[in-house]
Amino acid sequence: MLSESSLFLKGVLLGSTFCVLMTMLGHIRMDYGKSRRHYEHRHLQAPNEDILKLAGGERPELSKSFRVYCIILVKPKDVRLWAAVKETWAKHCDKAEFFSSENVKVLESVNMGTNDMWLMMRKAYKYAFDKYRDQYNWFFLARPTTFAVIENLKYFLLKKNSSQPFYLGHTEKSGDLEYVSVGGGIVLSIESMKRLNNLPSIPEKCPEKGRMVWEVSEDKQLAVCLKYAGVVAENAEDSKGKDVFNTKSVGIFIKEAMTNHPNQVVEGCCSDMAITFNGLTCNQMYVMMYGVYHLRAFGHVFNDVLVFLPANGSDND
Amino acid sequence: MASKSWLNILTFLCGSAVGFVLCSQLLSILLEEQKDIQPSILHNDPHARHSDDSEQNHLEGQMNFDADASQHKDENTDIAEKLYQKVKILCWVMTGPQNLEKKAKHVKATWAQRCNKVLFMSSEENKDFPAVGLKTREGRDQLYWKTIKAFQYVHDHYLDDADWFMKADDDTYVILDNLRWLLSKYNPEEPIYFGRRFKPYVKQGYMSGGAGYVLSKEALKRFVEAFKTDKCTHSSSIEDLALGRCMEIINVEAGDSRDTTGKETFHPFVPEHHLIKGYLPRTFWYWNYNYYPPVEGPGCCSDLAVSFHYVDPTTMYELEYLVYHLRPYGYLYRYQPALPEKMLKEVSQIYKNEDKKVNQEPLKEKHK
Repeated sequence: MLSESSLFLKGVLLGSTFCVLMTMLGHIRMDYGKSRRHYEHRHLQAPNEDILKLAGGERPELSKSFRVYCIILVKPKDVRLWAAVKETWAKHCDKAEFFSSENVKVLESVNMGTNDMWLMMRKAYKYAFDKYRDQYNWFFLARPTTFAVIENLKYFLLKKNSSQPFYLGHTEKSGDLEYVSVGGGIVLSIESMKRLNNLPSIPEKCPEKGRMVWEVSEDKQLAVCLKYAGVVAENAEDSKGKDVFNTKSVGIFIKEAMTNHPNQVVEGCCSDMAITFNGLTCNQMYVMMYGVYHLRAFGHVFNDVLVFLPANGSDND
Repeated sequence: MASKSWLNILTFLCGSAVGFVLCSQLLSILLEEQKDIQPSILHNDPHARHSDDSEQNHLEGQMNFDADASQHKDENTDIAEKLYQKVKILCWVMTGPQNLEKKAKHVKATWAQRCNKVLFMSSEENKDFPAVGLKTREGRDQLYWKTIKAFQYVHDHYLDDADWFMKADDDTYVILDNLRWLLSKYNPEEPIYFGRRFKPYVKQGYMSGGAGYVLSKEALKRFVEAFKTDKCTHSSSIEDLALGRCMEIINVEAGDSRDTTGKETFHPFVPEHHLIKGYLPRTFWYWNYNYYPPVEGPGCCSDLAVSFHYVDPTTMYELEYLVYHLRPYGYLYRYQPALPEKMLKEVSQIYKNEDKKVNQEPLKEKHK
């Protein structure tokens, strides 16, 4: 009896020791993982107003020093939104081109000849890089459901060196992978473009073809490839920590704010320097053009360090 | 013997299993308590302190320009502030008991704060909101009667507190800064009123009720006097038309509210309805009512729009965000309107004085 109970107790002791050891090991690994994750979830901030002290003479040169090339990936079903984008914010890119899965009669585009979004994206980046590497230093990719304020993008990129590997937007996490969500728009510096396009195509690391067995969205796929090339995603925020790339529309943000903090609806909504909103209808694109480039309150004056002139021959901005 | 050693092994294994399980349970309980209590970071506190003041003072319509200061460090509101002092506007919002929480609340949370004074007019008094009780019934047929009583109330209590008197609905969004710019060219002692001008029925035209209209002090005096002397009728089921008729009788001029490029500033619908070609069908009454040639598409609406109508609560806040928050950095707007001459002199004087004075800040007074 005694020997049995002592055996039992020894067993209990061994079991518990084993358990403690395992938990401790797991904890250490967890902590390490957490700190690594923290470090990886990078926040990139807009220029702080206080830091910017530029003489008046510098401004025009500075405004011309960023050249943004816009890639908009479209499919025939997007034709109405595509037309709206073309007539609205795309005019503010230094150059904007539409990359489509197939040719569409009514609108001009670069035909990628594939329906697979990842392949379209990959080929579009390659096309843009090969053709325009010497002319543009920033590459902005979006879907036609997105509205972008390019001036705010340029302001955000002020003082950021495009020969550094930047990969910016609204970031999300999928397991261990931090990626920029395509809905909010993806910004790549010329250095990131170089690295992406010089990647040898190793299917496991960066597949050239689209999905194989499992579905991986194109934005995640891009993150995998860029990661392999040593480029990590960064979440872009203003000086108050608010996202400047948004995967939802203003209306959705307002509705959420009305539920979550009804006393601070507008203040809690969105950044004053927002760059993108997503999920817009055709009509909303035109309303945003008016709301951003026209409608304002008289007597509120800003002393901006950059100057952007309206485009020639445009009637809605 | 063999069975005994089997029993021993079994006992041992049982023991270790029990030990493992117990221990893991214990540890998980301990670790649960230590789980991170992530502080929820509210990004949006700049206005937190102001929500307290504004709750009590809504009847006062405080314009605290510093409310935005912490968010907009690079924003200069000197001109807007100057206009606030020079062009005093009392706003009254047509509402009703069932709409205070549904609609008027959002007006209160957005543009109403920028009036020099704001009053919410309802059929019955509500001390908490607060809303003035006009002692009428509710309903579309009561609108004109409510309007008359509201203007009378304003005339009797607040005539000297403002130069201009604006009427709006609880689904109208008004941009006060732009209204002040429009009115700064005019003298409130002149009999004149402004709004979205319609042409039928009244020779000089009349102003759309929903888009809001604003009376000069003289116009208000004459309007109230007209009912005492029976110059104007009390009964009508069409508020804006009846008011327009009365204005013509008492020789109050129907002003041209368009901006210096001829674009309309008061709008009877939301921006989308005016900006999208074909949204309003050609058979719609609107096309025949507008006094000036109606425009759809980008030319519909002034950069310095004053009002929009049929604005639901979500759109109230959206407009507030688009007008007072989101902007394209560094963009040189095509339309660069100037202040009227008399204002220009005063504003340039301010900048001259700021060179001499160091600490004195004449424009940054809190408006009580």
